Amino acid sequence: MSFDWFRKTKKEAPQFWKDYLSGFQKQAGNPLSKRYVVFDCETTGLDPKKDVILSIGAIGIEGDAILVNDYFEVFLEQDVYRPETVPIHGILKTGKEEKLTEPEAVIRFLSYIKDATLVGHHTNFDVKMVNQALKRLDLGKLKNKKIDTNDLYQKHKGWQSDQYSGLDELCAVFKISKSDRHTASGDAFITALIFLKLKKKLRI
Amino acid sequence: MKNSIAERVADFLKNFPPFKSLPYPDLLDLSNQVQVVYLEKNAILFQVGDAAHQNFYVVKDGAIGLSVISNGEEILIDQCDEGDIIGLRPFFAKNQYAMAAKAQEESILYAIPIEIFKPFVMQNQEVLNFLLESFASNTRNPYDIDYKGKLISENSFIAKQDPEVPYFQPIVYSKKTITAQSTDLVEDIAKLMSSHKIGSVIIEENQLPVGIVTDKDLRFKIATGKFPIRVPVSQIMSAPVITISRDISIAEAQLLLLKHGIGHLCVTRDGTPGSKIIGILSEHDILVVQTNNPGVILKLVKRATKSKDLKAVREKLTALIKNSIESNIPIQHISNLAGEINLAITRRAIYLAIEKIGEQPPVQFAWMNVGSQGRREQLLLTDQDNAIVFEDVEEERYEKVKNYFIELAKKVNKTLNKVGYEYCPAEMMASNPLWCKSLSEWKQQFSTWIFKPGEKGIMMCTIFFDYDYVYGDERLTNAITEEIFKNIQNNQLFFAYLGTDALRNPPPIGFFRQFLVESDGEHKDTFDIKSRAMLPLIDAARLLILSNHFTGVNNTMERFKKLAELEPQNREFFEACAEAFANLMYFRTREGLSQDSGGRFLNLKELSKSDKVKLKNSFQPIHELHAILKQRFQLSYFT
Repeated sequence: MSFDWFRKTKKEAPQFWKDYLSGFQKQAGNPLSKRYVVFDCETTGLDPKKDVILSIGAIGIEGDAILVNDYFEVFLEQDVYRPETVPIHGILKTGKEEKLTEPEAVIRFLSYIKDATLVGHHTNFDVKMVNQALKRLDLGKLKNKKIDTNDLYQKHKGWQSDQYSGLDELCAVFKISKSDRHTASGDAFITALIFLKLKKKLRI
Repeated sequence: MKNSIAERVADFLKNFPPFKSLPYPDLLDLSNQVQVVYLEKNAILFQVGDAAHQNFYVVKDGAIGLSVISNGEEILIDQCDEGDIIGLRPFFAKNQYAMAAKAQEESILYAIPIEIFKPFVMQNQEVLNFLLESFASNTRNPYDIDYKGKLISENSFIAKQDPEVPYFQPIVYSKKTITAQSTDLVEDIAKLMSSHKIGSVIIEENQLPVGIVTDKDLRFKIATGKFPIRVPVSQIMSAPVITISRDISIAEAQLLLLKHGIGHLCVTRDGTPGSKIIGILSEHDILVVQTNNPGVILKLVKRATKSKDLKAVREKLTALIKNSIESNIPIQHISNLAGEINLAITRRAIYLAIEKIGEQPPVQFAWMNVGSQGRREQLLLTDQDNAIVFEDVEEERYEKVKNYFIELAKKVNKTLNKVGYEYCPAEMMASNPLWCKSLSEWKQQFSTWIFKPGEKGIMMCTIFFDYDYVYGDERLTNAITEEIFKNIQNNQLFFAYLGTDALRNPPPIGFFRQFLVESDGEHKDTFDIKSRAMLPLIDAARLLILSNHFTGVNNTMERFKKLAELEPQNREFFEACAEAFANLMYFRTREGLSQDSGGRFLNLKELSKSDKVKLKNSFQPIHELHAILKQRFQLSYFT
């Protein structure tokens, strides 16, 4: 029935999404949130249209400090599975990590990030991956401000902003140990350290 | 939710006390509350007088320097490396920090909230003991194998409390200065001195110091009848007066006294002769503060009449060096003092030898120390390297003159050997006819080394280019210096040889930052700190200072400091080199004193963790130095 169809599309947004959005409205009167969330997604591949998120790791930064207890990590249950990328992220389809459904993971992620500025290395990709997951829930895109550590690095070097430097290269430049590389939380932590350094150098 | 970042923090902390003593689940809970803080180089974590933070800190990466303010100057007390704890003060005292903590290089710290750590402390006796000991013993880690005698902690003003560091105490000078005018008669001034029972009077004009008269002047100039007693004092006073400011340390004052060979310093408002007199500091004032004192040792040198006396003095110096090393007195300062005393011993030995021969030298000559002695880097009793240059004489007198000096040198070498400086196994001593030459022979010798730089010649250069004038006529050594600089001007080939030689030293650490130890022989599995770490810095410093056409500094640390001045664009780097060298010297001296050896081969097993980190940090500049040498002297063609 057309009415049902109409109701389905116009149905009221779920509470978690409203809560998420209200975090930004509140900002109008209040000063900007000083919280940054550095996050990283491990995915089945590099195509936001076809690939899906396998895990999200994130860590909060306030001022000049990474807050270890402001931490987020989830593993997702997915039907899309690409054996060829397993060597990179090490997440098996039936791994021992406790896995959440994609909607559950997204809900927790939104309630975790709130209105923080999102930071990531090539963060556009990770944001796109999350946006695709949101789209599958019939919701809009992420509203958070974004900072890409790659852009910061190119700016710091005085290079063209379209240049590309990998996380491994930055680890070498900033003398950061690469343990836990290619786990979402490990990459998020590494990126957070890089961000702290660049933040100081660029006086952000 | 499992927090893998907290796990990572816990995995780091569990290697270090006091966290070692905590059960892992507790450590994980604690790690969950940690903040990871990044400090840029030179960023300040806290300053003296800052209100206590809510956290204390553990160094994850990098190095944090702890310093106190003493005599208006910041004095580095300790460097904290990986695993060291900083900022315990708020645990025990609810007031401000008494030390400053500053990042000496880029650093990452784990900040641990004190409120959260307290329950763990109360529940765990071992943890409590560790913190109490750390706080009470002024060491940052009482479990460290070499903690004894270390003066480390941000908990207290060391300078005020510890009798072992008198060097850093501010001077105590007499404020009731008796002054006179330069037109006053000597007789009246002598009366003034007698009535006040003082040994010196500052001569002032408009409250500015223009000269000084001491007992010594009266003795030498009046009592000998050189001047009548009723001349104006301006005729016999010593001028200019060496002035200091009131906030210099005993160490600095002492050095000035030694340097100028004087007994009094005038304290003025801003430390220059152009400001108002506020007091006078005598050698005696320093003696009162310090009993085991370099000034006393130096006096003993001057009174020595036999090699046995000199040997006793040198033993005192060794004790002084040992004490100073244990008290963490900066190595630069120790080496300056030891350098002055070593020099005085050699001078005395020469003086005594001339007396013994019973015949004054037939012509002017100069005694030079070369090698490490010439660089004044000899804290341990290693072998002697020296040479003599004498004035050119007519051919028929040459033989006789040379024989005199060889005879003299033999006596001096023998005395020095008795004192404890071994004979040089390669016979680089003034008693060797090869190294006892006339001025033109020396000029010729250096030209040969410079223009025909074979491998052997270059080795000689590295030893003889670090010559230090010790005794006799300094014009002779100056003449050699002039000749050398004339010859090396734009001499690319020579610099290239010197550069190649500087690169030949084996590297200190391997690809994985592990120490490279000796693979065989008597010193198997020990680390050769001299050739792997110190020589690269020594050689590079010599080459760079020569290529900057600068003379007069031999000491490697001072050469780097000079280079920092000469090349402001590389200032930071050269300062790092100077500091690295100071650290290496510290390690070598400590090793040598404990093993009664030359300290060249370090037993890595006996080094604490923090020492290893410190040592490795000192290697850092070597690599970059080599790159600079290669690029500057275009050595790619040679290596």
